[in-house]
Amino acid sequence: MSKGRFGVHGGQYVPEILMNEIEKLEKAYEFYKNDKEFNDELARLSSEYAGRPSLLYYAEKMTKDLGGAKIYFKREDLNHTGSHKINNVLGQALLAKRMGKTRLIAETGAGQHGVATATVAALLGLKCEIFMGKEDTERQALNVYRMELLGAKVHPVESGTMTLKDAVNECMGEWAKSAEDTFYVLGSVMGPHPFPTIVRDFQSVISREARQQILEKEGRLPSVVMACVGGGSNAIGAFYEFIKDDGVKLIGCEAAGLGADTDKTAATMATGSLGVFHGMKSYFCQDEYGQIAPVYSISAGLDYPGVGPEHAYLKDEGRAEYVPVTDEEAVTAFEYIAKTEGIIAAIESSHAVAHLMKIAPKMNKDDIIICCLSGRGDKDVAAIARYRGVNLYE
Amino acid sequence: MSKIKNAFNDKKAVLGFLTAGDPSLSKTEEYIAEMEKAGAALIEIGIPFSDPIAEGQMIQEANVRALSAKGGCTTDMVFDMVANVSKTSSVPLVFVVYLNTLFKYGYEKFCKRCSECGIDGIIVQDMPYEEKGELKPIADKYGVDIISIIVPSIEERIRKIAKEATGYIYLLAPDSKLKYSDDVITDVDKIAEIIREVTDTPIVVAVSNMTSYSSARYRTAADGIIVGNGTVQIIGEHGENAHQYVYDHVKLIVDAMR
Repeated sequence: MSKGRFGVHGGQYVPEILMNEIEKLEKAYEFYKNDKEFNDELARLSSEYAGRPSLLYYAEKMTKDLGGAKIYFKREDLNHTGSHKINNVLGQALLAKRMGKTRLIAETGAGQHGVATATVAALLGLKCEIFMGKEDTERQALNVYRMELLGAKVHPVESGTMTLKDAVNECMGEWAKSAEDTFYVLGSVMGPHPFPTIVRDFQSVISREARQQILEKEGRLPSVVMACVGGGSNAIGAFYEFIKDDGVKLIGCEAAGLGADTDKTAATMATGSLGVFHGMKSYFCQDEYGQIAPVYSISAGLDYPGVGPEHAYLKDEGRAEYVPVTDEEAVTAFEYIAKTEGIIAAIESSHAVAHLMKIAPKMNKDDIIICCLSGRGDKDVAAIARYRGVNLYE
Repeated sequence: MSKIKNAFNDKKAVLGFLTAGDPSLSKTEEYIAEMEKAGAALIEIGIPFSDPIAEGQMIQEANVRALSAKGGCTTDMVFDMVANVSKTSSVPLVFVVYLNTLFKYGYEKFCKRCSECGIDGIIVQDMPYEEKGELKPIADKYGVDIISIIVPSIEERIRKIAKEATGYIYLLAPDSKLKYSDDVITDVDKIAEIIREVTDTPIVVAVSNMTSYSSARYRTAADGIIVGNGTVQIIGEHGENAHQYVYDHVKLIVDAMR
């Protein structure tokens, strides 16, 4: 079995033209991940620029209202740029600089990873180009302008379904064309090895902090840790340090769109099957001949036909559970957490909140749930308004 | 050992390429015949995939045309078409695929059908040296060559891949529009030299836009060249009536390689 495996999943299934760069990336990461200067700089930027550690917030009103488990939110939405994406981007961009690269490229779905990449590129004086499905540039127009404001060039991708999957295709092609000066900042725990490991390592700060914070606040571990899953970066970040704690249940919430039993869905774990795509072996939404299926979700960030290989492995092992959440449930949760806690959470994160609303009332008062709020929802306000029939355009 | 070696018998080989099902499977069959008539020594047949990430826009569009054609274009339909071609064709046939197509079909079943239908080799676009272990033994069992792809890279990597190459080596020539990393060898003659040091496997050069002029350029370094995009572009332009154009294009390059 080749490198970068999580059970049968993972690997390096990429065109030969990318292999030389991938091997260099792997070597560079293996070196710098143990380099004191690198880690010091990452720690300094994480705290002074990105605002870490993020808060672990006790949602008292929701706890009372739902009448079951005690609810905590890990507030990644309060990070600079408004999501967990900056944890990974800071790490990869510092790596890019040390590898002598001068240009960052990245795919983005909702725009959160694109914004984080554009931000860090501005900070570190690197050129930046973002690839975003044309459909996503339309439903997340504000984030497009935000990236441009930060000095990045945004390329609307018009191939295929014009969403996140196609933006990844385009980035891989662009990386192959410009290896000389370009670093591909992959935004999730997916793609060929070493990306799933690199991104997981940089995101695992979420659970490292959360585990310590809950022990300080409650003196015990939570019963449940949950997060939304598209590619799965905030989820793996939230799960990682708890994987070894057998008593902690891990729940990933994926986007079911109009329902996991319809063809308008992006629920990979519920409806997908084992395959090889985007550099990895994992679960994918696909037809019987292996053609990748067009997927759908109201959330551009979860609108992806695959899932990171480590999640596929956690599912196989029965260590984590993955549940589908529909558009309607997510929008209801988006509105509920806004009115109850005064938090406008990203529509992606709202998928996790929706499932939390289902399970918390059935749990005991001495149970604790930690739910990762991966991002803030300012970017989604106009789209949610339109979903509810309010004629609001940005 | 497959019949691929026949394509390289004491002459420079010109390899044809097209995407199966573009514009229809029956036309693919006819265009393969045109290529063979024009002197193509081997035909590479792309099985269309939803996300052909290694391809340029031209072949991507051919994939879209094939998959959206009336009646579709499934792996089983491509096998049936190839089985038909094999009845009359005498040149070796090679599939160009993405691994998921094989994976979903089942490696064993796919390789078995290849040997039954007259497919001599498989080029898997997204299966580098590191990952071939899961497919290679099965392909070997059915006498189907796994064709290795070599691109401008570092010497160590070129050598490693070449050493284990079977059938022929698909050498992607450097593209002047690409910005390669500075540790990479971009001279085709040099790459060919490194390959020849470790293997006798024939080298076939592919460039993004092969013309009669560029094909002549590779006559010394390579044992053959691939008529890549050109035919796909012609089929894209002329659809169901591309026969003569396909023939002329391949013939031009065959003559240039004489």
